[in-house]
Amino acid sequence: MRVIADLDLCQGHQLCLAEDPEVFAFDADADHVVIATAEVGEEHRSALTQAVKYCPAFALSLQEDR
Amino acid sequence: MIRDVSMVVDDHDADLPALLKGTGHLPELRVDPIGLLQRVRDECGDIGRFRLADKEVVMVSGAEANEAFFRAPDDVLDQAAAYPFMTPIFGKGVVFDASPEERQQMLKNQALRGDMMRGHAQTIEAEIRRMVADWGDEGEIDLLDFFAELTIYTTSSCLIGRPFREELDATFAQHYHELERGTDAIAYVDAYADIESFHVRDAAREKLVGLVQQIIDRRIARGTVPREERDLLDVLISIEMSADMVTGIFISMMFAGHHTSSGTASWAMIELLRHPEAMAEVVAELDGLYAPGDDGAAPEVSFQALREIPLLEAALKETLRLHPPLIILMRLVREEIEIAGELIPAGAVLAASPRVSNRIEEDFPDADEFRPERYLDDRQEDLAHRWTWIPFGAGRHRCVGNAFAMMQMKAIFSVILRDFTFEAAQPLDSYRDDCSKMVIQLEQPCRVRYRRRVRGA
Repeated sequence: MRVIADLDLCQGHQLCLAEDPEVFAFDADADHVVIATAEVGEEHRSALTQAVKYCPAFALSLQEDR
Repeated sequence: MIRDVSMVVDDHDADLPALLKGTGHLPELRVDPIGLLQRVRDECGDIGRFRLADKEVVMVSGAEANEAFFRAPDDVLDQAAAYPFMTPIFGKGVVFDASPEERQQMLKNQALRGDMMRGHAQTIEAEIRRMVADWGDEGEIDLLDFFAELTIYTTSSCLIGRPFREELDATFAQHYHELERGTDAIAYVDAYADIESFHVRDAAREKLVGLVQQIIDRRIARGTVPREERDLLDVLISIEMSADMVTGIFISMMFAGHHTSSGTASWAMIELLRHPEAMAEVVAELDGLYAPGDDGAAPEVSFQALREIPLLEAALKETLRLHPPLIILMRLVREEIEIAGELIPAGAVLAASPRVSNRIEEDFPDADEFRPERYLDDRQEDLAHRWTWIPFGAGRHRCVGNAFAMMQMKAIFSVILRDFTFEAAQPLDSYRDDCSKMVIQLEQPCRVRYRRRVRGA
């Protein structure tokens, strides 16, 4: 699956970094999230689902592989 | 072509105050704002127009138009100039160097950072326990009085500082409430009109300045304290800011988090009382989460409130959808913008309505019903419809305090539902909002009875 961050919406809360530090990083100068690895395996699903659900800016989404 | 919504309240009625004569939909906005906003969608569709005195207000709803509204940059749609009723509350003399966007950013960076939430959760738990400490085995409370006072303590403590909060009591909450009552939409004509609620508002603000002045005087008499005991007030005193200015800044810092949280907590309680099966599920969920483990230790509220509590969260989200604290969000159009196929000229006011969008039937089946299950499992209707599920707004200005607010709600209900059971003290359909002011609050009386739970029973 693929992680997508809408940078126009990200407010830089960084809660996603706590959910999955392997996938999410932070650009302090730009004050928004950086997706370190966009294509991720099943083992990340539960952490990423939480990250999407609790993002205070609703800036994240998951795209399933076809 | 943008359609104009019909008029149902005559703006030339003989009984109207002179100030409201010929002001278009303003008289209706003061008595039935929800009826007006809903009619805009019903009669005009995704984009429609009403008039407040000399301001044309174009209201959008539906996912596509809402997305364009919420994504527009600040130099196109300006938040600052659209709320004239707030100026006298923050204070005429209070000039901020920062735009609302910058202030929101500052608040996020200073007080609402993710790593500060644990401390806030502990503060909030302690404040709730203080509020219920003098409750007997059974009694009655007024939801508005109770939650408005509680959220004065939590917002002041978390956003300004604990030492400042310790100087406050119910008097501060009372005057703050009078300020919120001073948000009559008549401000669209004259924010200093000669009406009762504006006199009360201005008197309340003066009393708040007086209270803050006393606190400042005590701090100055006390002298300096070690750095770790200082709060924001000490910083402002050190730059010799006046009590009037300090009060204006504190009022504005607390405003977004106060009536909103207070109203949401009240409505969550009412909806749970109206839906006993949902209440039972939430109570069972909390009892399970906080049950002592094998080592005899139960999770702390301040720990759990930052984690998943799915059924309680779903009930809170559904409360927010049905009873969004802000029913209309407005922006002044700075540069011509195209939205829903229409060109909106600079100078107009553009609006979106959480109250209307949150109840669009196509996005939220049984939109007028309380259905917490719409957030569970894969449904997640808040995420699936992120441009119409908008109790916190959306886009770049989505409420920066929303994670804080949800944590606070989870902490409040974790404490009160584990220690007490509640029942309505008046007919369930008699709880309603007073919509006569732009800051909507519960109409009093709004009383509930509590009874202390007997553990193990």
